[in-house]
Amino acid sequence: MGYTPVKGGADAVRAAAELTRSSSAQLIADAPGERSTLDHVQAHLGAAVDRIMGEGGLFAPDLAAVAITQAEGDMDEAALLLRAYRSTLPRLGYTLPIQGRDMRVTRRISAAFKDIPGGQLLGRTRDYTHRLLDFSLLDNGGASTRGQGHAETTVPPLEVHADDHRSDATVTADASDREGFTWPPFPKVSDTLREIGSIAPLPEQSPEETPFDITRESLRFPVPRSAWLQSMARGETAAMVCLAYSNLRGYGYADHGTIGEVRVGSLPVKILHPVTGVAVTIGSFEATECEMFGPEGDAPVTGAKGRLLPAFGLSYGLVIGRNERKAIAMSILDSALQAGELASIDGGEVAPSNDQEMVLSHIDGIESTGFVEHLKLPHYVTFGSQIRTQMSPRRDVMLAAERTLAGITPEVATERGTGDE
Amino acid sequence: MNEAVVSEMPHDASRTQSGTHSGYSYAFLDELTKKSVRRAILKAVAVPGYQVPFGSTELPIARGWGTGGLQVTLSLIGPGDVLKVIDQGSDDSVNAVNIRQLVELTAPGVDTTAATEEATIIQTRHRIPEAPLHADQIMVFQVPLPEPLRVVERRESETRRMHAEADYGRIWVALYEDVVQHGRITRSAGYPVVVNGRHVMTPSPIPKWDVPRLHQAPFLSLFGAGREKRIYAVPPLTDVVPLAFDDYPFAIEDFDGAHCARCGSDDTFLVEVPQPDGSSVMSCSDESWCEARRTERGQS
Repeated sequence: MGYTPVKGGADAVRAAAELTRSSSAQLIADAPGERSTLDHVQAHLGAAVDRIMGEGGLFAPDLAAVAITQAEGDMDEAALLLRAYRSTLPRLGYTLPIQGRDMRVTRRISAAFKDIPGGQLLGRTRDYTHRLLDFSLLDNGGASTRGQGHAETTVPPLEVHADDHRSDATVTADASDREGFTWPPFPKVSDTLREIGSIAPLPEQSPEETPFDITRESLRFPVPRSAWLQSMARGETAAMVCLAYSNLRGYGYADHGTIGEVRVGSLPVKILHPVTGVAVTIGSFEATECEMFGPEGDAPVTGAKGRLLPAFGLSYGLVIGRNERKAIAMSILDSALQAGELASIDGGEVAPSNDQEMVLSHIDGIESTGFVEHLKLPHYVTFGSQIRTQMSPRRDVMLAAERTLAGITPEVATERGTGDE
Repeated sequence: MNEAVVSEMPHDASRTQSGTHSGYSYAFLDELTKKSVRRAILKAVAVPGYQVPFGSTELPIARGWGTGGLQVTLSLIGPGDVLKVIDQGSDDSVNAVNIRQLVELTAPGVDTTAATEEATIIQTRHRIPEAPLHADQIMVFQVPLPEPLRVVERRESETRRMHAEADYGRIWVALYEDVVQHGRITRSAGYPVVVNGRHVMTPSPIPKWDVPRLHQAPFLSLFGAGREKRIYAVPPLTDVVPLAFDDYPFAIEDFDGAHCARCGSDDTFLVEVPQPDGSSVMSCSDESWCEARRTERGQS
């Protein structure tokens, strides 16, 4: 008797887990002090932390740093760690709606106008740096980046910091209460366009009474805009950039929109006080918001005498942390999906980026990476079933051929299934 | 399955306090999430073969690796339950081990077993155990792609309509075209079935061998698709009929008289194990069954 499968799966799983554990443990051991690796991740890998928080759907910088370290920098794995942890947090309630105009802005730019009310604020960006490797980092282990760390440019927290995931959770005075400091207001560029009637006015009431909650309900297409915006807010950056790029290149209805405004900064988290019923701010989080204008005609503006005036469409992106690339991709896809909605009403053919099912079913990195990699699981039963199903007619054909050669009438050998021969 | 015990536990009291995993709820999911999964299960049982959408939260195993089945299991399981987990028929397969260990870690009071007859809940990836199952056992199937009509229609909005109107013409045509092009129905694992004379359903990628065992089965079958966020069910004593034609009837896999190289069975689903010399031997995919047969044979 030849080799047949033996027991040992449990031991193998344990050993494999042990190998990954020692790697993470080594990383911690290499650095002096227990927290220094996590501090380093937060201070110097801020973009990674932000991306993981966005895709994981949880604002928790400390835990995102843990996830990145534990996953050895595998971003999809880190996002899964954070998302799975998020599953264990009970839903205590919903925050009050907030607006981008309430943001404490650290960076905001508009591509639509040379200058804008409140001014262009370049802030911290690599957009106009030369992408040259900084060899000095080889010599002094990152000393030259000191002072540019992500953590140090984070906006001062608003009021009470109730987020217990942060080690420095303390009661902090409102930044604007500090002596001689007031946070400058930055009007929205879209407000300017609304005033001159180039984009539709804000609706009196929210078009959806209660927003969809993608963490509680599964998508059944077609879905309302709140569902697609939520799905994209925690979508995988690369997947969204890919689909948005396909749209820009011409696979889609939306043509090249114009960035009305990208702003980065801190947004307040507000709830109704459970006892007093008064709105209170309980914390803040860093976010990137994008508003894009165009293409023309997405949202008709009704002028005097009910006449439709030409107007720009407005599309939106909002993501946790600094992730301008994703916020822009999100607003391109928002525009594309709005166009797709109109096109499907008109019965037109739509491109992948205009198709809700196509976009929303495939941008979640936790789902796409999980399913692609599940092919590593044993499939020998399904594959065996395919082999047996494939082999039976072959065997029939071979038998028939053998019998023909042996001078036996083919019809005797031919069974149902190969009866055409 | 001991649902009363679980649901009576206040949220905090149900948290495990042992080891490094304190801070997680009993059986990982918080009680409100379990409740929403159980509601979906009840609806699924009430409408056999109908895909019930559910919230489907992320679990600490990769999406697409059994999170649907696991959410069903975690929502049902409680102290006193005995869990068996198999992957491809094997209790010792890497993913089965991983899933079983997660339940052991987060649900104290639950026993695990490889013995089919001892289990109250059997979570499976793509097999039904060979041993006969009883009315007090629940089968939980992990489902990668819950939509049987996906092969003929990619849009969920359209497949939903087709199910609602029992508009199944296109899948029948697809089977007919299969016969025209290949002289037979080439479908293998995951063979489409009609449940309760109403809904077309995929039985998950179990081999055709296992499909007849769902028909008028004494046990409850629950199907969980985590990534696709759907739960469906076949209640006990329900008709499960494979789609086929009178002149091209449904047929299970043919092993051409082969038997298991380990236990000698010729009446189980066999898997092929390639050998270094290029040949191959067949062995039972249900390793627990195979083990029991070998023990039986050794004793007699």
